[in-house]
Amino acid sequence: MSSSQTPAEPDASAAVVTDEPSRTHQILREIVTGNALLSFLAIVLALLIGSILIAATDDAVQSSLGYFFSRPGDTFVAIGQAIGGAYDALFRGAIFNINRTSFVDQIKPITETLTFATPLIAAGLGVALAFRVGLFNIGGRGQIIMAAALGGWISWSFDLPVVIHMVVAVAGAILGGALWGGLAGLLKARTGAHEVIVTIMLNYVAYYLVFFLLRTPGALQAPGSNNPKSPAALETAVLPNLSDLIGVGSFRLHLGFVLVIAATIYVWYLLNRSSMGFRFRAVGENPNAARVAGINVKSVYVAAMLFAGGLMGLAGASQVLGTTTSGFSAGVDAGIGFDAITVALLGRSKPWGVFFSGILFGALKAGGYTMQASQGVPIDIILVVQSVIVLLIAAPPLVRSVFRLPAPGSAPRRRAARLAEGAAK
Amino acid sequence: MKLELRGITKKFGALVANDHIDLTVEAGEIHALLGENGAGKSTLMNVLYGLYRADGGEILLDDKVQHFAGPGDAMNAGIGMVHQHFMLIPVFTVAENVMLGHESTKFGGVLDLEGAREKVREISARFGFDVDPDARVEDLPVGVQQRVEIIKALSRDARVLVFDEPTAVLTPQETDELMAIMRQLKETGTSIVFITHKLREVREVADRITVIRLGKVVGEAEPTATNAELASLMVGRAVDLMVDKDPAEPGEEALVVRNLSVIDANNQYVVAHLNFEVRTGEILAIAGVQGNGQTELTEAIMGLQPRVEGSITLGGEELVGRTPRKVLDAGVGFVPEDRREDGLIAGFTIAENLMLDRSHSEPFVKSGTLQLETLATFAREKLEEFDIRAPGIETHVGKLSGGNQQKVVLARELSKEVKLVVAAQPTRGLDVGSIEFVHSQIVAARDAGVPVIVVSTELDEVVALADRIAVMYRGGIVGIVPGDTPRDVLGLMMAGETPKEAAA
Repeated sequence: MSSSQTPAEPDASAAVVTDEPSRTHQILREIVTGNALLSFLAIVLALLIGSILIAATDDAVQSSLGYFFSRPGDTFVAIGQAIGGAYDALFRGAIFNINRTSFVDQIKPITETLTFATPLIAAGLGVALAFRVGLFNIGGRGQIIMAAALGGWISWSFDLPVVIHMVVAVAGAILGGALWGGLAGLLKARTGAHEVIVTIMLNYVAYYLVFFLLRTPGALQAPGSNNPKSPAALETAVLPNLSDLIGVGSFRLHLGFVLVIAATIYVWYLLNRSSMGFRFRAVGENPNAARVAGINVKSVYVAAMLFAGGLMGLAGASQVLGTTTSGFSAGVDAGIGFDAITVALLGRSKPWGVFFSGILFGALKAGGYTMQASQGVPIDIILVVQSVIVLLIAAPPLVRSVFRLPAPGSAPRRRAARLAEGAAK
Repeated sequence: MKLELRGITKKFGALVANDHIDLTVEAGEIHALLGENGAGKSTLMNVLYGLYRADGGEILLDDKVQHFAGPGDAMNAGIGMVHQHFMLIPVFTVAENVMLGHESTKFGGVLDLEGAREKVREISARFGFDVDPDARVEDLPVGVQQRVEIIKALSRDARVLVFDEPTAVLTPQETDELMAIMRQLKETGTSIVFITHKLREVREVADRITVIRLGKVVGEAEPTATNAELASLMVGRAVDLMVDKDPAEPGEEALVVRNLSVIDANNQYVVAHLNFEVRTGEILAIAGVQGNGQTELTEAIMGLQPRVEGSITLGGEELVGRTPRKVLDAGVGFVPEDRREDGLIAGFTIAENLMLDRSHSEPFVKSGTLQLETLATFAREKLEEFDIRAPGIETHVGKLSGGNQQKVVLARELSKEVKLVVAAQPTRGLDVGSIEFVHSQIVAARDAGVPVIVVSTELDEVVALADRIAVMYRGGIVGIVPGDTPRDVLGLMMAGETPKEAAA
């Protein structure tokens, strides 16, 4: 039956063997080439579904439903209040809090959003870069853990001058992530092992390796402690707060965000303006043609995974040198390695797309806490909203059918395809 | 059972894959469907099998009109198909595969495996197949797997069996065995449609032969027809192609191939002990029916084949053992056989495709950064020079027509300093205008003193372009003859006869 899948190339269809990797490439290509409108509609749809869940779980709505037929108005008011209150709290927690007195305090929520967004963007870039080369980097968790281990170790083990210590620690974290990512790339290039399997397995290796080191006195464990936790980073190695740098407010937002902006610009340059990025994209789009054109596909895989791991390492640096500097446990990645996949999908694997989708996810995180605290809306609803966004992005035909958008590709071709499909049924 | 196809027409958009095809297969007849790849054989069989719905025409079995909505209907009507790529589940046993799709069950939904085993044993015994019903399919040799496919079809009482390129995957010995099976099936009254492009097999086993070319029936032949007649029917073109070219002025030997062999993943020699040379300023055409080692030969030159023995030297430099990039750097321009899969990146712009093999060096890259201005100027020049019809250099190559895509490939490969041009099937699927353009570019490269290899299965193209012709058959070169060798001689050589035999 597989011959009916390529109806536009009639006789070739019998000869073309659609093997597994090329189908992976096809899915990746579809995700990357989706347009911004589709992303926007996915967010809208997800927020709508979130509204339904908020209304359904609200106490006032539930009790007013009990006498719905005598006074239906009450139910609608309750629904309106539940949804309005929740999204108002989300906004106050994530962007701007009008209830505060000073402007600096009013904009504190947005800095919280950016703090949450910092590692998400860095890790999202790590996934996106790999996507563009045709690789699924599911190994963010392991890469972040290894980055935290190396960067963290540098941060408390050495006495170095102020700026230099920070630079060395960040570089160490990036190196740690890059080596762990590069290892996955090397295994793929050398043995042909699928990178999804390799990166997932390396996640476990990294987790238990670092967990072991955190329990071993003299390794990564804090001296005098029995917990599997590392010592705090020395002051000299910490990424300074932006508040301290500019002398305004008391934000948690740290220098890591500036590094992430720089990373976004760099990844944009790498992919769009550098010769290495040209080869990355060529391999991602069509590895056969790239190989025939003399591009060493295997070394591209290794290089891409080194870069992807390095970006994960930046996320790890932001975790242990920026947000929480009082020591870390083996759970240091806090789900960022997997959230990064969703960030990269929503961002269409384009650097600036990832940047803004990272901020959106940061806002959902920051606002979610306020929503839970002030309105009693379970934070899990935020997770549902995030998941629905990703579900819709990963299945473009679904969003298209919901909003009746035309599919990409010319009309006559599709008609032929539908005809062939109909005939095959 | 008598099978009759009347006026079958199948279109894909603007492309007519089958154009009013008539075909009659009498009961107990082996009818060969002969044609090049892309001629429309498989499309026709997919129509017959209910996978495609025809845009016109009708299918008759024993003079009754049939309407197939899907393969299920075709099977019920008595049509069985042995696919080129086996439709078997490797981890299932033979019996499980045979019952797949019409599993009979006993009380309580238990599979009637014993019944299936019995059926396999019975059919095996009838044809002397020696197939163990409990063997796992993945453990069986390819030839036996094919028999499982045959058993599968026969277990559904197929009276018309379609073999789609059945010998492509078989060794010569397995092929002979398959021929015997086909004759045996014929004895029992089964009608057989045998799709192939191999002349020898057709003449050996077929009762009648229908030749298809470009979606049309171009002729019928008896098995007594000569190879040359069949070959010219298969590859002949109604309109003769004329290429305006002066006599070649060959210089010294530039490309020297000595004792070259290519071994494939199955440890088979797909190219065996080739010796030839190409001189500067001459076009050597490599003719032959598809699948006789031409693709592997070009890939061996380009460093794309993993296991190559022997030597290929260009201007004294050894090419065997080099990476594709090193071969390209040595000055080889390569037009791959499958431009969409190997020659171009559909999602890249014309400009990006033009620098695909030049991402390591100036002028398009300086200190690791793309020189977009330089590239744009270059691309605009090439758009003009190679007459690429596109809105602009930022157009994605996937949106261009086949002819314009091929011009992009040529523009890239010919606009560097080439010391050798290797063009594989350079005009496959192109319109006449583009064909002329591509041919003139190839001749221009020759006139500039470059040695050129053109691989083509189109006899007309070979005759039009070649200064000398090497004919490949089963991985070897049958002979190298002058460019003005008569077609019937070439046709015989393509069927494996040496030039002396062919000329006699």
